[in-house]
Amino acid sequence: MLRALAPIISVAPVRAMMDERFSVLVENLPPAAPVTVQSHHYSDDQDDWEAYGHYISDHNGTVSVSKHLSFGGTYSGVEPMGLLWSMCPVPGSRMGLRLRKKDVCTPLVVNISVYSGHDGFRDKKPLASAITERWYMAPGVKRIEVNENGVRGTLFIPPGPGPFPGILDMWGGGGGLHEYRAALLASHGYTALALEYFKPGELQTANLKFQYFENAFRIIQDHPKVNPDSVGILGLSLGSSIALGLAAYSNIIKPRACVCIGANHTNGLEVHESKDGFINLEQAIVDENNHHIWRNIGLAMMRDPSNLVDVQRINCPVLLVSGQDDQNWPSVEMADDITQKMHDVGKAHQLTRIDYPDAGHLIEPPFSPHFRATNFMVKDKYKVIVLWGGQTKPHSDAQEDSWRKILVFFQQHLYSITSPKAKL
Amino acid sequence: PPPPARTRSTDVGSLLKLSVQPSRGLVDEKWKIVLQNATPSCSVTLHAHCTCEDGHNWEAFGHYTSDATGTVDGFLRPVPGSKPGLRMRKTNIQVPTVVTISVYQGHHNMGFTDRVLLASVVVERWYMAPGVRRIPITEGGLTATLFLPPGSGQFPGILDLWGGGGKLVEYRAALFASHGFASLALDYLTCKVTTDTGLVDDEYFETAYRVLQQHPQVMGSRIAMLGLSLGTSITLKMATYSDVIKLRCAVCISGSHVQPVGGSLKDILELFEKNHKKAYVNEEKQVIMRNLLLPIPSEPSLKADVGRLQCSLLLVVGEDDQNWPSYESALDMKEMMEKAGNVHLLTVLSYPNAGHLIEPPYSPHTRYSNFVSVGRREKITVGVLCIWVCLHYSMIHVSSLFFHGHSLHIRCLSN
Repeated sequence: MLRALAPIISVAPVRAMMDERFSVLVENLPPAAPVTVQSHHYSDDQDDWEAYGHYISDHNGTVSVSKHLSFGGTYSGVEPMGLLWSMCPVPGSRMGLRLRKKDVCTPLVVNISVYSGHDGFRDKKPLASAITERWYMAPGVKRIEVNENGVRGTLFIPPGPGPFPGILDMWGGGGGLHEYRAALLASHGYTALALEYFKPGELQTANLKFQYFENAFRIIQDHPKVNPDSVGILGLSLGSSIALGLAAYSNIIKPRACVCIGANHTNGLEVHESKDGFINLEQAIVDENNHHIWRNIGLAMMRDPSNLVDVQRINCPVLLVSGQDDQNWPSVEMADDITQKMHDVGKAHQLTRIDYPDAGHLIEPPFSPHFRATNFMVKDKYKVIVLWGGQTKPHSDAQEDSWRKILVFFQQHLYSITSPKAKL
Repeated sequence: PPPPARTRSTDVGSLLKLSVQPSRGLVDEKWKIVLQNATPSCSVTLHAHCTCEDGHNWEAFGHYTSDATGTVDGFLRPVPGSKPGLRMRKTNIQVPTVVTISVYQGHHNMGFTDRVLLASVVVERWYMAPGVRRIPITEGGLTATLFLPPGSGQFPGILDLWGGGGKLVEYRAALFASHGFASLALDYLTCKVTTDTGLVDDEYFETAYRVLQQHPQVMGSRIAMLGLSLGTSITLKMATYSDVIKLRCAVCISGSHVQPVGGSLKDILELFEKNHKKAYVNEEKQVIMRNLLLPIPSEPSLKADVGRLQCSLLLVVGEDDQNWPSYESALDMKEMMEKAGNVHLLTVLSYPNAGHLIEPPYSPHTRYSNFVSVGRREKITVGVLCIWVCLHYSMIHVSSLFFHGHSLHIRCLSN
């Protein structure tokens, strides 16, 4: 066989959903050659993100990212998806960045290249490149902007005649409208509403009403393509507290199941009305990098029961997902408290909790890069850097595992063919 | 007031879940269809439907018994009532073919639009991978399109020729570029040169070769030619006789080496024209053309002298080719090469029950289609229904493997 062939790099599948795995294969290298496989993404916010692993080809001249060991880089070990989850801003970037896709109708485009050598690989031209697309929306999913009855959000509807189960999807105290997780849920067969309940920077001043969330839930329930008995809630952080509040107190809506990422049973809506915003910044601690740690604020709130949702009133299944290295909120402690309370009234069977070692607060969909600390707009233009916690590898494992478990949980409770009555 | 009861209960089970992976695939990738939450042991029909660019509808379906995950191995055929003689060919390859996969209760063969639809999903099938660049080429008077894989490096090249229907057919070249080859799709029958001055001569093909060879992102010493049908005639002619075109290897699908040696494209077409009386029309009013070049002549001036070939040759033939005598030609070529002592360069892939139009994987099989050849309009029978899916899949991967193995690339294609 002749030598001096051009290396070729291939990704399969080349167009995939964001939560799907891929395999990256490099061929036609010299045997036992040190190479670096690098991924690169230019974000909507115009930042450059990259990940890379150092490899040594085998005697067939092959590097398989799925099967071979990375000797170092932004990830090490045998990590098929390391080129995505270990992405970070390139050296020289602005501080505190977070990668979140705004336009879900277009894919996240990632360039994957292979370079010769390990150190100083960037100084050379790549030996080969491939481009792969990562999508939040499956083909046929419809995206509909909602501004109805005062409710602001985006509804994603799966293809097909329906009816489908529904999910109310809520993010946390950072505010804003984030569609990507709801788009993914719709791609898995749920009519999902990504809800905006305040704008970034309004954490301390937003005027939230219980009824706003009930109206949002009703919008999903009343949709002609939704099975009204199968609507659940997925909330992260402050969204988690709203989810539990709705499940416990609403007389109008009854969620069929709730998932809380970053267990939080402070009564978000109550607290806000009585105090000066959600976060008492005077109680915040800053670390050696001047990053804000807010978990003790949550711990202080827990000491006063009037700050907490009466979770014993909840009658639906609940899944709590927490990171044990959550620096932003005491999710594990709150999960402990919720568990104890549910147990005390014989409702332990309704509750599932999963605590992930070394995972932080922001447990996002699979393969999203991990952010230990990012910019956060507290009020008007006042920004701090908030510490979320987590170590990259265990946090990324938590993201992938929790997502799969969340999907199975929703499938079990929202897509089941047994009638709701049969459950109790 | 409580929301209205809208749960639908069906025999199959409420809230069926249907998923297809990958939801956006290349046309030569297999897909997996999973149906969940059906009641056990009930009959369902999985149905695929798409609307082609020209507005025609195509469908395929398979009958299943639920409680099993399964893959669909059906095939797309025109919906009854559609215009007969259709052929599914994508012209705009920069957008995907959108296929709707649906589930119907029970086992049905027709009338799907009247049935109750239980669930459906949408999948996209692409001819172009992300990052593949499409570059129209008019240099040297060519009517061609170059497809380059992503990246700044150099790639082996493929010169891609279709058959007597003419036009600039891009989808196969786009697919090859998606697998790492710089591929040039060439129109040589209905191109600008032909419109202006008449049928092209050898120089046209040599120009196409040069354009590829001299492109900064093409490895000049690693260029192959791929021809189907009439494209085979050109490929063999160039591979055997051209002083300019130096191929690393050649792939000929459904074609023949029978041609006037030293003749131009015009001479080749005239040979067919001369023998046109040998074609006959069957009971279904379909034209069978395979006899035009039969019997394979023994006269050396009437067939490309493949004994002179110095590059590897892959012949892909369908034994039920009703359009060209490709099987007989392959046998004759083998004999010629045995006598000349270069048969080690030859690989023949011969498929029983396959027809003339051996296309990229999972393309719908067309037994007959309307065919507009240069100068005529007629229906040509193109072959028997068969194990099309498997055939296509092995064809494109064998071609790639062939190109890869013969010093264009070394690549182990799994799957």
